Order: sequence, then C-alpha cells, then structure tokens
Amino acid sequence: MFKLWSTIQKDFRILTRDKVGLTLMFLMPVVLAIVIASVQNSTFELVNENKIPLLIYNKDKKVVSLELEKALDKVGMFNISKINTLKDGDDIKNHINTKDALVAVVIPENYSDEVLRKAKNVSRKALKDLDIPKDSVASVADTSMNIILYYHPVLQQSFRKSIDGGLQSALQVVQSKYIVQSLYKYINDENIPDSLENQIISNQTPVQQIAVSKGGTHGIPNATQHNVPAWTIFAMFFIVISLGSSVVREKLSGSIIRLRTLPTHFGISIISKEITYITVTILQAIVIFSIGKWLFPKMGLPALNIPHDVGALFLVTLICGWCAASFAICIGVFANTQEQANGFGAVSIVLLAAVGGLLVPSFAMPSSFQFIMRLSPLHWCLEAYYGLFLEEGNLKDIFTNIIPLLIITILLQFLAWYGLKRKNLI
Amino acid sequence: MTNAVHIKNLDFSYKGSSQKLINNLSLHIQKGDRFGIFGPNGAGKTTLMNLVTGLLPYSSGSIQLLGNEIKSNRNKIKKFFGFVPQDFSFYQELSPAENMEFFGAWAGLNKQQIQQRIDELLTILSLTHVRNTPVKNFSGGMKRRVNLAIAVMHEPEILFLDEPTVGVDVQTRYAIIGYLKSLNEKGTTLVYTSHHLKEAEDLCNTVAMIDEGNIIVHDSLKNLLKDYKQDGLEGLFLNLTGRAYRD
Repeated sequence: MFKLWSTIQKDFRILTRDKVGLTLMFLMPVVLAIVIASVQNSTFELVNENKIPLLIYNKDKKVVSLELEKALDKVGMFNISKINTLKDGDDIKNHINTKDALVAVVIPENYSDEVLRKAKNVSRKALKDLDIPKDSVASVADTSMNIILYYHPVLQQSFRKSIDGGLQSALQVVQSKYIVQSLYKYINDENIPDSLENQIISNQTPVQQIAVSKGGTHGIPNATQHNVPAWTIFAMFFIVISLGSSVVREKLSGSIIRLRTLPTHFGISIISKEITYITVTILQAIVIFSIGKWLFPKMGLPALNIPHDVGALFLVTLICGWCAASFAICIGVFANTQEQANGFGAVSIVLLAAVGGLLVPSFAMPSSFQFIMRLSPLHWCLEAYYGLFLEEGNLKDIFTNIIPLLIITILLQFLAWYGLKRKNLI
Repeated sequence: MTNAVHIKNLDFSYKGSSQKLINNLSLHIQKGDRFGIFGPNGAGKTTLMNLVTGLLPYSSGSIQLLGNEIKSNRNKIKKFFGFVPQDFSFYQELSPAENMEFFGAWAGLNKQQIQQRIDELLTILSLTHVRNTPVKNFSGGMKRRVNLAIAVMHEPEILFLDEPTVGVDVQTRYAIIGYLKSLNEKGTTLVYTSHHLKEAEDLCNTVAMIDEGNIIVHDSLKNLLKDYKQDGLEGLFLNLTGRAYRD
C-alpha cells in the first residue's frame, strides 16, 4: 500500500506541476460548455423569445393580405418589419444580405382577390355537393398564385421548416376565415357574426407539451441540461492528452529502466495513474457541474439541475472517469511517441464524440452508424448522464447504459495489460 | 567465496535477429570488486549490463547474482543491486527529495528509512541546498549526482554503473568517483562501464575487455598492464581492440 501511495503522490505532484495540462483539462471543457450552451441557448431564444426577423413586402395591400400580416404576427415566431416600396429589384435581397432580416415574404398583387375568389369557389363546390341550389353563384376557375419566401442561406433546414410551418399556419387561418365567411353568406344570405367567426376560426384543440421524465416531473430540458453533461464527458476523455503522454513519457524516459530494476511490479504505476486521473475526472465533473449550477444563471444561461439521485450521478462519473483513464492508458501503451499519443488521442476522442452522439443527437444518426455508435464509450457515458439529467431517472434506470460502459472499460484494461506485456514492461 | 556476479555460457540475440550480441560469454565478478567492463562501441557492454540487471530476458546460459539465478529469482535479486543507467532515470518535474522518496518506496524502504537516506545522501552528494528544487533546473553534474543517489537509496550490495560521469565537469567527476570508492570500502561491489579510461584506471581494480559479444581478457588491472606491457588502460584497450572504427 505504501508503494501505491508513494506512486499516487508522485503522479499528483507531476500532474499539478504541468500547468498547460491542467489548463487543458479544466479550462478547455469549461469554456466549451459555456460557449456551446450559450450558442444553443441563443438559438433557442431566437426561435422562442427573440423571434426571427421577417420582412414583408405587401404588393396587394388589400383586406386579406393585411389579415395575413396580422396572422403572421400572431404566429409568434417572427419579428415583423415591412417595406412599402422597393428601390429596385434587388432591394429585398440586399436587406437579407445585410441581415436586416433572415426571411422575407412577398405577397403578390391581387392576393386578396385570389383568396376571395378561391373561398367562393370552395363554397360553391361544397354547396353543390350538398345539393343546395345557388344558381346565382357563377363558377370561378382556380388560379394559382405564389407567395414568395426569401431566406438567408445561413438558415439551417430545420429553421426553414419551422418558418415554412409558421407561414402555412398563417395562410391557413386567413384562407379558412374567408371560406367560412363565404359559406355562411351563401347559406344564410347574411354576413357571419364576428363572435361565431372567431369561434370557428380559433377554436383549435390546444396542444400541451409534456417532457416524459422517469422522475415524474415535467420540466422541459434546456440547452444547459443537454450540453453540460456532454461536454463534461468530452473533458473527461480529453485527459488522453495528459495521461497518454504521461505513459509514453514514462516508457521513453530513463525512469522506466529504474522502475524495472526495482522490486515492485510496474502494474503499480499503471494503477496509480488510473487512480490519479479518475480523481481528476471527478474533479472536472464537480467543477463543470458547479459552474452549470451556480455560474450559468449569473451569465443569463439556464441553471443546471443536478439529478436527485446524487449517488447514481457519482457512480456514473466514477465509471466514466475509469473508462476515460483506461482509454488514455491504452493509447499511451501502444503509442511510440508523445506526438502519436497526442495526435491519435485527440482525433479519436473527437471521432468517438461524433459517433457517440455528443456532437449530433444519437436519434439523428443514420442507421448505418447505429452499430458504430454503440462501440463508442462516450455514447454510453452520455446515455447514462442523460438518464439522470434529462429523464430524471435513478441508478436502476441507467443500469443498461452502465453495463456496456463497464464492458468497454474492462476490454480497454485487458488491451493495455496485453500491450504492456507485449512490450516487455510487465 | 560467493561471486557477486556469475555468468556462464550466456548467449543473447534480439527476437527475429540471427546475429548474436552476446556469444557464449562467461564471467565472474567477486564480491567487493571494483570491476570495469570496457569495449568499443557495439561490443555488447550495454547489452550485458541490461542482461545482468534483468532488463533483457535471456534464453540460453546462466546469470547469477549473489548465487541467485536471475530468471527464477527476478524479484529477490532486485533487492541486491542498484543501477545507474547512462540516461537520467528520474522525474525531471520532481525535486531530488521527491524522486528519492518515490524510488525509495519502490526499492522497498519504509517511510523512516527513506527520510534517513534522503538526509544522508543529499548531504554526501552536496544537494541539500536544492533538496526541494525540481531537477529539471539542475546542471548536468547535479543531475548525475541525483541519478547516483537514487540508485544507492536501498544500500545495494552490487552497484551497476553505465557511464555514471558522462558529460560532467572535473569537480563532479572526482566527487562521484570518490563517493563510489567510499561505497566500495563499505563492501559494495561496483560493476562499471565507461569510455573514460583515465577515470576507469583510477576506479577499477579488475577489468574485462569485451568485443563482439565475448570477453577477450579478464584479470586485475595490474596484471593486464604488466602482461601486455602497457602503462595505461587506454594503451591496453587499443592494443586489444585495434584502431579501426567500430560504428
């Protein structure tokens, strides 16, 4: 035990004197968590609070198009500004290029007339189907007319889909209103009362959003809740730079010769490194979670809600840390130079993070990647953390994520010991 | 009398190589000797040193340290010897005291013994004033002294030294050689290799010349100089190994 304790002391002393390594291990993930959470949070706010800047050029300016403007405003996702005249044909494009607006809608001339004509057409067809004679109503041919939507190319497809959805919803409201008005008038020979019209148009079934959590609460997860666990895992595995290099340094430096001539098993050195770096990963998690909980709200970001099962959180952190340390040692054992360990270590972590669902949500992965995803230890770490942070589960709920993680960790351990044996180090 | 080191019919070649680096080598080093192993580059000195310290495994022949076969007593024999490799074999980020504390623990000493040895050795090797300074800030001579201090932490009966004074100034060399002599007077067997033959002449009382993986001569320095009619080790060396490059 004294030998192990002395080795741990040695490893901690070396680690604490490596200022660059410490910065990389603690500052980098904190910066990442803050930046990514801020960016994602502002995206969230763009859609839900700040609204998307929308420019409307209404060539029609009659009653229906003005109704459409109001309906677009009511959708709630746009910050509307209008232009009344165009200086030239490229005016709208210029507005979008200068990012005055990310989206622009051009309502064509005669839009109102077209909507009214369509409403009458629909009413006439409906009444004909019901055998209600309305001879006075002349048949009107359907014509097509386009509302043009300009958008800035920076807008991602998911954004465009939501904008399109908002626009379609507004169009539907306006067109439905005039169809209802037209139908009522044909049937009753008088205008529809406002109260009835409002009732018909706005009497939609409300949609209530409920997050399905295992803990029974229904809080809606925010950017912090998604990002902080993900970047904590990334940080844990990024110890590969420090630990992988440390193993290579030990192999290449003269100290390995001395260690191998002393009556102590070299495995002690590896166990000590594991204990040291597992402690580092736990500290990383504590620091990042604390920042998420206490510093984020002061920065205007949503606070991190710590899972109620703190014991499970500690266990998951411990196993993630053990897996990260095992991975780093494995890299260090097989790398022949520090450059190899650093280069391969860093690239492999980014790749494992990408396929593991840290960069792209796992549900959005193509089916061909689903198998590869399951080979990434970061995927199981993330699933276990999400089980606690997002689904508010307990240890029992995340058991199926911990088991594969433990299997991968044990495999990495075996691989490292095999490498040490093959290189005649143990 | 038990030999400190006894090597019999030792063969060694690296895996996959047909070239024998050690070729049926036999050698014995008596307890209490100040034994020098010399030879040109590539003669097999470092390979031999790595074999007797257990760093390289051998498949044919026998190596015994104080009567214990290395192969079957790997952990036991590690307690008997210390090794001063040519490279600095410590952690540059740690101070001499921290390095000695760690390697002392690995050598099997307890906390009290470690502290006692640290105090003794830092004083003997004039490192007390830099006891807590990271070794990376040291001069080459100070690093050599740290390298030596760590190797003798557990007071080994045999001390293997692979070029222990390479790259140091005259003062440090005299201090190190002086300390090695004092260790030998207390009973430590010294097994030493170096290209610094004047220094070797001063330190060693028994000498072996190795070339192409085998011992070509082995006797007391006095006898060898007399037999080969040489007045120094350098002349003897050139006489036995020739003047051609060996790189």
